[in-house]
Amino acid sequence: MVNIKINNTNVTVEEGTTILDAAKAKNIKIPTLCYYPDLDIKSDCRICTVEITGQKGLVTACSTPVRDGMEIKTNSPRVLNARKTITELMLANHDANCTACEKNMNCELQTLANTLGIDENRFESVLEMQELDTANTSITRNPNRCIKCGRCVDVCKNVQGINVLESMNRSHEMFISPKYGRYLSDEDCTFCGQCSSVCPVASITEKDDTDLVWNALDDDKKHVIVQVAPAVRVSLGEEMGQKPGSIVTTKMVAALKQLGFDRVFDTDFTADLTILEEGNELIHRITEGGKLPMITSCCPGWINLVEQQYPEIIDNLSSCKSPQQMFGALAKTYYAKKENIKPEDLFVVSIMPCTAKKYEAAREEMSADGKNRDVDAVLTTRELGKMVRQMGINFDQLEEIEFDDPFGITSGAGAIFGATGGVMEAALRTVSEVVNEKPLEKLEFESVRGLEGIKEAEVDLGGQKVKVAVAHSLSKAKQLADQVKAGTSPYAFIEVMTCPGGCIGGGGQPYNTTNAVREERIRATYQVDSDMKLRKSHENPVIQKLYEDYLTKPLSDLSHDLLHTHYHKRRT
Amino acid sequence: MEQKLVSKRFDAINPLSIDDYLESGGYETLKKALKRDRINIIEEIETARLRGRGGAAFPAHVKMMGIAKEEETTRYIICNADEGEPGNFKDRHLMEKDPHQFIEGMIITAYAIRATKGYIYIRGEYDKAHSIIEWTLEEARKKGFLGKNILESGFDFDIEIRSGAGSYVCGEEFALIESIEGKPGRTRVKPPFPTQKGLFDKPTLINNVETFANIPHILEMGGEAFAKIGTQSSTGTKLVSLSGNVNNPGVYEVPFGVPIKDVIEKLGGGSKDGRKIKMVQLGGACGPIIPEYMLDLTIDFDRFEDFDSKTGAGAIIVMDERFDVFDVLLRVAEFFEHESCGKCTPCREGNLQLVKLVEKFINRRATQKDLINIESLARVMHHTSLCGLGQTAPTAILSTLKYFRDDYLDLIEHPEL
Repeated sequence: MVNIKINNTNVTVEEGTTILDAAKAKNIKIPTLCYYPDLDIKSDCRICTVEITGQKGLVTACSTPVRDGMEIKTNSPRVLNARKTITELMLANHDANCTACEKNMNCELQTLANTLGIDENRFESVLEMQELDTANTSITRNPNRCIKCGRCVDVCKNVQGINVLESMNRSHEMFISPKYGRYLSDEDCTFCGQCSSVCPVASITEKDDTDLVWNALDDDKKHVIVQVAPAVRVSLGEEMGQKPGSIVTTKMVAALKQLGFDRVFDTDFTADLTILEEGNELIHRITEGGKLPMITSCCPGWINLVEQQYPEIIDNLSSCKSPQQMFGALAKTYYAKKENIKPEDLFVVSIMPCTAKKYEAAREEMSADGKNRDVDAVLTTRELGKMVRQMGINFDQLEEIEFDDPFGITSGAGAIFGATGGVMEAALRTVSEVVNEKPLEKLEFESVRGLEGIKEAEVDLGGQKVKVAVAHSLSKAKQLADQVKAGTSPYAFIEVMTCPGGCIGGGGQPYNTTNAVREERIRATYQVDSDMKLRKSHENPVIQKLYEDYLTKPLSDLSHDLLHTHYHKRRT
Repeated sequence: MEQKLVSKRFDAINPLSIDDYLESGGYETLKKALKRDRINIIEEIETARLRGRGGAAFPAHVKMMGIAKEEETTRYIICNADEGEPGNFKDRHLMEKDPHQFIEGMIITAYAIRATKGYIYIRGEYDKAHSIIEWTLEEARKKGFLGKNILESGFDFDIEIRSGAGSYVCGEEFALIESIEGKPGRTRVKPPFPTQKGLFDKPTLINNVETFANIPHILEMGGEAFAKIGTQSSTGTKLVSLSGNVNNPGVYEVPFGVPIKDVIEKLGGGSKDGRKIKMVQLGGACGPIIPEYMLDLTIDFDRFEDFDSKTGAGAIIVMDERFDVFDVLLRVAEFFEHESCGKCTPCREGNLQLVKLVEKFINRRATQKDLINIESLARVMHHTSLCGLGQTAPTAILSTLKYFRDDYLDLIEHPEL
């Protein structure tokens, strides 16, 4: 332990603690910008600069460990002037048209400028307006707002292992973009959107599709239905000012009704359906000597990675569509027919924690009739939050409404799809009961839960010990993919989710997602599951009825037509 | 006035001949050093109080001892020969005129800290030095001074040459390390320092050419004798790169403590055509600009530090009365604006704003407010930039604000307001 003084207050902290953490422990807030919990310390922005008695220069609190006897001033006039100057320098090279920015009132740079009391910029604007990257369906990059903090580069390179975003060039001509200023769509971007999630300003955001949805809702000829992904109910609350881990399922349904959706359905339903299809596919592959390990295919960022960088393992992917696309296909066929709506008059919206889902919905294969999209628009959790605010809905005062029939009856197995390990656990609940022909004694597969990067478990399937693995974040997924590619994978079944923590940590989730927040959302996810009466997908009566009435049985011809797809190599 | 130590063989031997070097006593110190206790060598350097000659003047033995105490056994040693600071050319002379000397120093240092591999990072533009060093390393290898089991001592060590593409910032230790690793030349966060996690994340000792060149002399004459040369705070000699409006520009070796005036007058032969000296920039583009009346200042690390600047590289750029302070300031500002790596905000954005502000003065559009702003910005950059480049980029401005303030006021539109 070392003894230090922060603003004349004695503080005792562990050796090696940074000044930033030491101050935090004493409730002293030092502003930061390039710093982001769980990411590397970059110390590039220099905003968290503090003064140390006896030292000429200022030091950055994020990167400087405390020394015994250190006397730190976090708010001296010299420090405040430095922070102000640095912020003005950033603003002089930033498109600071705040009222025309989606992060107005929610922007870290704006908050900083406000807190520091910057009322004029002493420096002249040196901003040279650049073209926006709007060339893809998922993510918009606005270089004019970039403050070069490097968070996106860090998350793309070190968390995801993708290396699409880079710091190019030098001096004030330094810019962050894909190589040589190319478009994201020119590179192996998986559209995971983690960059948008950590961007302190609105330089990287999801492509805004709210207008598309507002227009559909306003169109009398359209029957507009919406599906909501499992992870949204445990995170939308944060958009509405509630604390992380709040479960807002019923208020969310009520809000969607107020927005004007004709029916509000649950993607958990098609998550259950995915389990029946994928579980049976796994049993089939194990018993018939098919390609193993089988790897989940629910996650579009992961699919993009495989198609771009691991084409050799495409056959290892489950042929199942994701729950979003199973829902879309069923909506445009089964539901349209049942409700007697022409498919072209049906508009399907999905609310996803994800930016890659926008890409997935736009894929050519995702069309039941070969012409029109199965899912017409995908909104992120953040975009839904925006629409709720635009509508002026008082979220906390909403009544509690349940999902509509028929795609609103779901199981806890579908609900846990939102957390890393959830698809694996849901599949194991069903597969082991089907294969072992007896009910599970314990439904919880604890070993596949939690934020550990790669998790393993061994399960007994009909007397056979089978190894499974779960990875989240693409850098970890790549480790498992490399094994599969090399033929050394010891697993029969692998679950991959692109984002850290799974979909609850998705690129379209509310800002300020940190591991602490992820933990809360995960806890809430398992709470949703344990609160449910139905907890196994194969016991969902509506799923059973869907097979009886329509699909006949898992992996049937119709199932293959509607619920399965093919993946293919894209660029190398 | 000159005291030749590291420059004693300059023009006296054929730099391409290892035999010439051997005849003049070369590699004798290495032979003895290889039989000495390693820590004892470092202690000798501590006694000599040798400070780094690249600009930062850090005590050489502290870095060496730091590495010697690391647990990691893969250790690197780098010679920083990326002499990119405008006005400095003494490392070029060391490499071109007596290349074995600093390499001998490197090998001795490598032995003392048990380094497993060495690199010489030569400035991209130094083609001649590059080929000479390539030749020199090969000659040293042939004679068994480099490679496996050097002189039967059981110590293995070899050196590779690396070069950048001419970026100034690659002279900064971490940018240089990144460049050797094949990455863009941008600095890293400290701590950890290179001695803890340097090249390829291994403990790394990185010294200037002149620092290594001093090592054989220290061991030869003993640390105590070395410490008697120069001043209390700055022991030994300093190679000075003298340039600008003087009659005899060139590299001179003087003991620390010599007044700058004497270097200009006695060694440089005074200013050309007897013109009055207006100002002298010390250290290079990153150094302070001082007026003629301050030239009694002695060459001494600590005297320079009083000045709030690090001018240890030893450049003296003399400018006579024909030159305007703002001509120099604009060049310096544009230089740094171009050479900033772009990583940290104060340096990336600040240098561009300094150019804009200097231009405002030159175009007589500056106001009193701009005078306050340029001073404030320069100070913030000096205090908050991530590496030495951004910290020293505003030195020329800060020093002229102090010593040539009237030149600023003359250009302000309504200075009375």
